[in-house]
Amino acid sequence: MSHPQESHVPAPSGGSHEAPHDAEHFHCHTRLYVGVGVALLICTGLTVGISYIHFGSEAMNIFMGLLLATFKAALVAAIFMHLKGERKDIFRFMIPTMIFLFALIGLCILAIKDHIHF
Amino acid sequence: MEIPYTVKARPDTGLWNAKIGVWLFLASEVMLFGGLFSGYIFMRLGAEPGTWPHGLLNVPVGTLNTAILILSSVTVVFAWAALKMRNFRRYQLCMGTTIFCALLFLGIKLGYEWPVKFHHFGADIKRESLVKYEEYLGNEHREKEGLTPRLTISGYLIDEHGHTLHQADYERLRAEGAKEIRVKLDAANADPNNPKNDSPRFLPVPMSDKIATIATEDIQYASMYLPRRSSYFATYYTITGLHGIHVIGGIIVFIYFMLPVSARLYRKDPEHLANRVEVAGLFWHFVDLVWIFAFPIFYLL
Amino acid sequence: MDTQSHTAQPHPGHEHDDHHEPGFWGKYIFSTDHKWIGIQYGLTGLTFLFLGFCLMMLMRWQLAYPGEPLPFLGGLLSRIFPHEMPAGVMTPDFYNSLGAMHGTIMIFLGVVPISFGAFGNYVMPLQIGAPDMAFPKLNMASYWVYFIGGVLMLISFFVPGGAAKSGWTSYPPLSNISDTGPGFHFFWNGQTLWIISMVFLISSSLLGSVNFITTLVQLRAPGLTWMRLPFFCWAQMVTAYILLLAFPPLESAGFMQGMDRLFGTSFFNPTGLIVGGQALDVSGGGSPLLWQHLFWFLAHPEVYVLILPSMGIITEIIANNTRKPIWGYKAMVFAALTLGFLSFLVWAHHMYLTGMSTKVSAFFQTTTVIISIPSVIIITALLISLWGGSIRFNTQMLFAITFLPMFGIGGLTGLPLAFNALDLHLHDTYYIIGHFHYIVAPGSIFAIFAGVYHWYPKMTGRKMSEVLGHLHFWPSLIAMNGIFFPMLIQGMAGVHRRWYDGGATYSQIIEPVLHWNPVMSWFAWMLGAAQIFFIINVFLSIRTGKKASDNPWDATTLEWSTPTPPPHGNFTRPITVHRGPYEYSVPGAEKDFSPQADA
Repeated sequence: MSHPQESHVPAPSGGSHEAPHDAEHFHCHTRLYVGVGVALLICTGLTVGISYIHFGSEAMNIFMGLLLATFKAALVAAIFMHLKGERKDIFRFMIPTMIFLFALIGLCILAIKDHIHF
Repeated sequence: MEIPYTVKARPDTGLWNAKIGVWLFLASEVMLFGGLFSGYIFMRLGAEPGTWPHGLLNVPVGTLNTAILILSSVTVVFAWAALKMRNFRRYQLCMGTTIFCALLFLGIKLGYEWPVKFHHFGADIKRESLVKYEEYLGNEHREKEGLTPRLTISGYLIDEHGHTLHQADYERLRAEGAKEIRVKLDAANADPNNPKNDSPRFLPVPMSDKIATIATEDIQYASMYLPRRSSYFATYYTITGLHGIHVIGGIIVFIYFMLPVSARLYRKDPEHLANRVEVAGLFWHFVDLVWIFAFPIFYLL
Repeated sequence: MDTQSHTAQPHPGHEHDDHHEPGFWGKYIFSTDHKWIGIQYGLTGLTFLFLGFCLMMLMRWQLAYPGEPLPFLGGLLSRIFPHEMPAGVMTPDFYNSLGAMHGTIMIFLGVVPISFGAFGNYVMPLQIGAPDMAFPKLNMASYWVYFIGGVLMLISFFVPGGAAKSGWTSYPPLSNISDTGPGFHFFWNGQTLWIISMVFLISSSLLGSVNFITTLVQLRAPGLTWMRLPFFCWAQMVTAYILLLAFPPLESAGFMQGMDRLFGTSFFNPTGLIVGGQALDVSGGGSPLLWQHLFWFLAHPEVYVLILPSMGIITEIIANNTRKPIWGYKAMVFAALTLGFLSFLVWAHHMYLTGMSTKVSAFFQTTTVIISIPSVIIITALLISLWGGSIRFNTQMLFAITFLPMFGIGGLTGLPLAFNALDLHLHDTYYIIGHFHYIVAPGSIFAIFAGVYHWYPKMTGRKMSEVLGHLHFWPSLIAMNGIFFPMLIQGMAGVHRRWYDGGATYSQIIEPVLHWNPVMSWFAWMLGAAQIFFIINVFLSIRTGKKASDNPWDATTLEWSTPTPPPHGNFTRPITVHRGPYEYSVPGAEKDFSPQADA
């Protein structure tokens, strides 16, 4: 099987040495990875930029910043970490994790904000 | 005795062992950083309005570091793709670049950002003494503009000769019962009524030459910008510090993947090495993910 | 659905050319074989369990006879701990250390390592027909990280100031300032060592959980579908899942408390804290409540970690010794899964007195009441499983049957605590101590004993003595009730936890129940004496126990289809599972049990 770029390391002798995926399959993925990388850099710039805009209240500023951060995180998780196209079980396993995370953070916030008054 | 499904996927689950293992580990890491971030939320929500600092970190440098980490995320996924395409030279190039970016990230953080803050001094003024230092705080102007009061005087702590002092010197001064301290002021304290100094700016403003004398009895709490300085810096150093430890862990693993032992594994069973690099890459992307949240939370918001 | 094409065990007689026989260090110290690692966890865990028990026996002297010198041991202890036990009399600080370390050691160094690390490691891969765990080297690492954590805890007794004194809950601000100041080393002090050790112990558990879940998902033998898994494995799976997700917030809190103690931060130091008449030199702005949230976020799921493996052990033993299938297996599985999920959402019922509003309190009261349901389902199913059984009263079955009512008392005494209004009266009293000890002592620990008696023949090839077993069981059962039932009474009368003199100072309020203190102490020492029979049995039976076949209890699960003791790689023939785990007394079958792997 010929590869588009020949490596100078001696060809592997044992195990599963044939490329299990088509080279083309990885080529278009390569373009996707570069694209996502560029998108992340742009979003980083955007995050910095919008932090100097006032959206009405401090809470709103924070919300906008975190919204962008969540979008970036979703890109990393879906494309770089192959969640999109991975076995659904892994994604499904992360759902309870996120539920517990939000329970921890949400209930803590509620406990601070809403307490009995002496 | 061989453990099955180390390299080849088990048919009914469609996964090989380490892939499940690393996602489980990442789930626990989500909870770990989640606990720390809930600490941040507690500190911030519990702080008196207006006391949560802004503009004390170098945003351009932080942005650069973010870009470096994102780039390293791209190169590590390229390294994995190169292995899957059986291009070992390209793999080495990409993995090497990843390690370089990671080291650069650490170097900037530990070699520049943190040391700069360790020498930066801040003194919180007691509420009842704020009026005395109005020329450095500009609170009349801030009240007119509807802004929260400025409670801190910051800059370099200096001695009579103008030499910059460090935390140990400050503590010695306190132990000796010094009645006053001298601070070479940050721009915001040197010119507090200037509207340009009302909120943080992207490019850091150079330090002024103005020197203020503060009576120690007027100080609520003061120190260099170390973890002890405030709950903001406590969470900043702890979260970025733990993140940095994870970066170091990643670097160690990536270096291992560049050693001859890994090249030997590639020759014997390249898919096995590809799987290992994928698993390490997943960890690395998680490290990037944490930074994607940590950067705006501490530097911007 | 499993396919038949991939086997989860080695081809018989298959030798790798690079497979060397490991030397002494590789075989006994740094073994990667799950069975030996399980035994390492078991021996270390039982030692710590015994040590934690001894700490409690010391405490019970002070509670029964406050201020009096300890007989016999007092002289010895006053030489080892001159500051803490001058002339054999216990100082209040030392009492606090004993209390904090008793809790910490029993939970994190005793019960969890034995239930999860020992039994889980040894039995689970065998029960699923696997050659070992998915990550053997990681398994070895997790044991040694636990070991280091344990050593640090032990060292903490001997540093200036002694071991941690702020309770196993380590609440700040006390835990922040405890063991600091002149006379203390900034690092080598009990409280700081406690935190460092906890970080090691938590990390060890995390490594273990990753291994357990991956192994259960990936290395089940062909034919072993999820609903054919022994309940023991389901219990271990949910336990691993809980450990994986609940421990990290405590680890993060541990880092934060470490930062507070070592770097002077104020994560948990509130503004304006005065210590010894002087304002503390910290920035303030911290929140003691943050620690409580993060601590209990772990510590509540932790109690299910303490009980689930035990329920698993009991289920195996009940099925085996009633010679009939478990009633309601499916319900038990779903109950265990629900328990695991819900356990993350109830934690603040430990914090009803921290000033939360009615909204937050209502949420946690609701989830807490709901979470009692899965436990009841499991216990009820086990109880019903006894009905119509042909019961063999061997020692493990005695422990298993009594587990049910003992856990029942523990669970039922927990129900009032779910309600804020009742908890206001009962919080931090001996009622709580009685409640949770009923669950862990004649609950979890009885299950551990049962497991030892049950699997000992598989590990060693010999049965333990039934006579010694009875001598161990009956006094233990009586003593457990003698210690913990009066606690419920004392608690309702208002006796607080952690009073170093058992309430003697408050005798004008609680005088009617004070007399229980010596009673409970004598039962505690009786319990200690009863364990001697167990210890003798464990060690003596290796030599003198009745020789056991590969399947001495005529059991159905896969661990009994291996040679005794199982070799490296566990199974000598390819395993395919043909039926469920509790096929006992199947109508029309030859024997009264049908092993899972038999064709």
